[in-house]
Amino acid sequence: MSVTSENNILVASHLNKTYTQRSGRFGFGSSKTKALDDVSISLRAGSTLAVVGESGSGKSTLARCLLQLQPLDSGEVIFQGKNLAGLSGHDLRQERRHLQMIFQDPFASLNPRMKVREIVAEGLVIHEVGTASEQQDKVARMLERVGLSTADMNKYPHQFSGGQRQRIGIARALVLQPKVVVCDEPVSALDVSIQAQILLLLQSLQQEMDLSYIFISHDLRVVRHIADDIAVMYKGRIVEQGKVEEVYAAPTQDYTRNLLNSIPGRKSQAA
Amino acid sequence: MTELLRIEHLTITPKSEPGHLLVNNVSFALETGKTTCIVGESGSGKSLTALAVMGLLSDQLQLKSGAIHFKGHDIAHASNVQLRKIRGREIGMIFQEPMTSLNPVLTVGYQIGESLTQHLKLTGAALKSRVAGLLQQVGIPPERAGSYPDELSGGQRQRVMIAMSIACEPAMLIADEPTTALDVTVQAQILKLLDDLKTRMNMGMLFITHDFGVVADIADNVVVMFRGEIVESGPVQDVLQHPQHPYTRALLDCVPDADGKKPLKPIDYAWLNAGAA
Repeated sequence: MSVTSENNILVASHLNKTYTQRSGRFGFGSSKTKALDDVSISLRAGSTLAVVGESGSGKSTLARCLLQLQPLDSGEVIFQGKNLAGLSGHDLRQERRHLQMIFQDPFASLNPRMKVREIVAEGLVIHEVGTASEQQDKVARMLERVGLSTADMNKYPHQFSGGQRQRIGIARALVLQPKVVVCDEPVSALDVSIQAQILLLLQSLQQEMDLSYIFISHDLRVVRHIADDIAVMYKGRIVEQGKVEEVYAAPTQDYTRNLLNSIPGRKSQAA
Repeated sequence: MTELLRIEHLTITPKSEPGHLLVNNVSFALETGKTTCIVGESGSGKSLTALAVMGLLSDQLQLKSGAIHFKGHDIAHASNVQLRKIRGREIGMIFQEPMTSLNPVLTVGYQIGESLTQHLKLTGAALKSRVAGLLQQVGIPPERAGSYPDELSGGQRQRVMIAMSIACEPAMLIADEPTTALDVTVQAQILKLLDDLKTRMNMGMLFITHDFGVVADIADNVVVMFRGEIVESGPVQDVLQHPQHPYTRALLDCVPDADGKKPLKPIDYAWLNAGAA
């Protein structure tokens, strides 16, 4: 890759991950799926890198492996000079504070038996940031920042709409003031109108808090709006990467061209 | 141009709360061989309108007033026996979730054949060859008739759903967000398949979506719904190029464009409320 390293906040090189699946009659056989095949990406500080591809292309595996939520077979993930793939236990938890994730499904990713204040404060409690009252202050300010009110702190997730729940998920991820946030399809479960609100919120928070995003998506219209760089994944490999404007204007791979031609509404715009 | 479906002043409310208008005074028509898209957000009443056409409203809801004419007959007040002759035979339906709308313990061939047996009394070899033909029409190798739904991908399952819905060559197809759960490349394939089938079989299609990009690709006419009411309707070019209602404009503005030229603008509901008041 031709990207200079001093500007990069996260650099992953030569990541490999293989899943072994039971197969054949009664599952006695096994088959291997390469979810990540020599994947290298780098995230520039303060920018958004979109990872696009269809289901099964390995984009969510990449997200999870970057944060070490799943072990890698090989490869390294350098964050602030440390190889995350080599860390474990306490050291890894220390770094995780700076690496957070926003999930796709705002219904499944919040614990239904916890109040919003507990959900958002959990990271602060785990990392022992400040006193209990400082933590509650932080939670209240974060909730206001994402467009909820302090009155919402004592409610449960089921009392909110999908868009509001995604705001809770964002507050939970950002309350620790992380440096890198992995957003795994954060708007694909939302209505278009809510989607626009959440995208604009993510953009303004990025500027304010100096965040770097890895944005996993299969919606190329959304990616065009939010990302600076793009990596296109297909069957576990990155087939094309570069600046968003350049890749959209002149895709070099057939697969990327096919993806771009599949954007709804394109056909009639061209006509 | 023959008129296939005419909905007049359709109003749907909960039985327990007749003052709460979920669908309010909705009227539009659909012609043979044309596609009408109903566009709106969650809760706009677009799916309820489609369910009412099929006579599939839940027990808690009622058709408070209005008429639904299909091929000149009022089906809003038809009995269940009459409706059963129409559903699947005259009107086919495709749902959003191909994963949950197929029966996991029956082969896809059996599920496609069900309505053929029910409506056309096909059995044995005749049934088998018809199922094979249908699978071929939707782009699945006929030998997959013996497969179970979990052996197919999401796109293939939606193709099976389409094969089921067109099995009896219905005059009208209702598709309720059939591509929302699918990948963008698969979505493009499914939209093309539906459009081709519509033309080949000269069906009228009622297509429900929240995505104006999809509308631009597939619709002849558009009906925009907001909070149970139609705010704007007309030919697709007119509505997309020259939207008249502020809500239509707002809904168009919040769809990201593929070129990144247009700034994203979320819907300002307070402003809409003020404008409507």
